Amino acid sequence: MNIIFYLSAVVAIYCTLRAVFHKHAVHALLYLIVSLLAVAVIFFVLGAPFLAALEVIIYAGAIMVLFVFVVMMLNRGEAAVQQEKAWLQFRTWVWPAVFVLLLFVEWLYLLLYQPPAVAPAGSDQPIMPQQVGEALFTRYLLGVEMAAMLLMAGVMGAYHIGKQKQRSYHRYLEEEELRSTASEKQTQQVI
Amino acid sequence: MITVPVSVQLLLPSVLFLIGLLGVLIRRNVIFMLMAMEIMLNAAGLVFIIGSSLWKQADGQVMVIFILAMAAAEVAVGLALILQVYQMHKTVDVDQLRELKDEQEQG
Repeated sequence: MNIIFYLSAVVAIYCTLRAVFHKHAVHALLYLIVSLLAVAVIFFVLGAPFLAALEVIIYAGAIMVLFVFVVMMLNRGEAAVQQEKAWLQFRTWVWPAVFVLLLFVEWLYLLLYQPPAVAPAGSDQPIMPQQVGEALFTRYLLGVEMAAMLLMAGVMGAYHIGKQKQRSYHRYLEEEELRSTASEKQTQQVI
Repeated sequence: MITVPVSVQLLLPSVLFLIGLLGVLIRRNVIFMLMAMEIMLNAAGLVFIIGSSLWKQADGQVMVIFILAMAAAEVAVGLALILQVYQMHKTVDVDQLRELKDEQEQG
């Protein structure tokens, strides 16, 4: 089982790096989906089969599909790739990368030289959905209801923000705009 | 179940989190920044799962379910905002979105 963990870890890290550094939005999203699937495998290996399924369904399924839809709706094409190429130059990412690497070295030191406390020995069984559901709907019931409210607020907010708004100018401004477009048309015809 | 040491297990989410952080720092496209934030949230969930498997308790997995719900709500609102901003400004460059900046400081 250990080899599965290491393999999926390598896949996850590689695909996440490619996703972050890729110029093409859709390709980056596909790499991110592969990375999330690898993380789902790791969830499964770590004894969380329920969460592995949820990761595939919600993260790799629903959330990434939302991203793909938005990239599709923006529809920026080849020009966007050129722009990303121009933005993602060496001098743009070298200093953030150095600082992040520094942070990683600190993290490495803390993890390897001051290892986390050893947990009490328990059963070697994976945690099945029954146990998760039991905890979710007894001890964390309030949290579930708060999550429900958050999702409701999210849906309403997304609906209201994403709605195509009618332009609500003042009548005078509207007339002015109409007049200016009309005069533009006239000038175009003259030309 | 696996027998990889806990410090090695925790290395994976830390690497993923730092890659996500790097993505937020170096990208100028809002969509990529939102993607990088998803990577970071996912890494946080992975830490919870590792803790859950270490202590053999279901609580960590419950927390990951909450993180999933939060990420879904956040992405829905964030993407709606991105669409609206793109319609208004015809750009997804965060450096050009400075409507909130004070007028006097721009000179």
